[in-house]
Amino acid sequence: MNQITSAIQIIPLEYYIVLSVTLFSIGVMGILFRRNIIAILMCLELMFNSVNLLLTAFSAYHSDPAGQVFVFFIMIVAAAEVAVGLSIVVMMKRNVESVDINLLNRLKW
Amino acid sequence: MIFLFFMLSAIMVISALFVVFSKSPINNVIFLIICFIAMAGHYILLNAQFLAVVHIIVYTGAIMVLFLFVIMLLNLNKAIIPQKSRLTRIMAVITGGIFFLVLLAATRQTFEIHARYPFTSEIGLVANVGKTLFHEFLLPFELSSVLFLSAMVGAVMFGKKDHPNEAE
Repeated sequence: MNQITSAIQIIPLEYYIVLSVTLFSIGVMGILFRRNIIAILMCLELMFNSVNLLLTAFSAYHSDPAGQVFVFFIMIVAAAEVAVGLSIVVMMKRNVESVDINLLNRLKW
Repeated sequence: MIFLFFMLSAIMVISALFVVFSKSPINNVIFLIICFIAMAGHYILLNAQFLAVVHIIVYTGAIMVLFLFVIMLLNLNKAIIPQKSRLTRIMAVITGGIFFLVLLAATRQTFEIHARYPFTSEIGLVANVGKTLFHEFLLPFELSSVLFLSAMVGAVMFGKKDHPNEAE
């Protein structure tokens, strides 16, 4: 227990920033990279989680529990978002028989 | 402790890369679950025990299972997974790399913010997070139930089949 709580003082905060930036960039890259709408939703989850990790790290280093409550709310919103997003995926598969977002390119304009 | 941090980070980054580059949707979900479990390890390392448990339950337990269900329901396999052209994929990787560099350069310019509160390692425990949640953030907590209700109504509305009679 004492060992774990001392981890905050050993690991610099910059490491968490770099880790979160890396994960966020991987999420952005995935959204540009994939055409499968389910994979794009998964990359979106990745980006949500990198932000969650950074908020938790800042909250732990600054001893402010409000940050962790905020992460909790982000999780709530993410759960609602995934439920609606996946039902849109199911509807899309039913209507256009595919999960390819390029078939929906008329949404661009 | 540093070793643990680097190990968890390596697992997370590698499995996140697999999420992007692996073609089969089932493999994507599995690697995302590995990534999320490593992230729960990070939360424990930060002594945010409440968040670690909630993360495991909500993300790996609920959201990823939902993804798996949808993938199995839609019967996706490798043959019908669409892929972008080679040029677009290379440009996507380059854009992601440049985005990474820009964010990294931007965070290098930051300066140290001094903590408002004296250091304690106990803020992530369930008792402390619960006190903050139900004192300062009670109204948003209650409003989130309305959000869930509307999300549920929206999901049901999207998910139900259109009546064939109405189409005529």
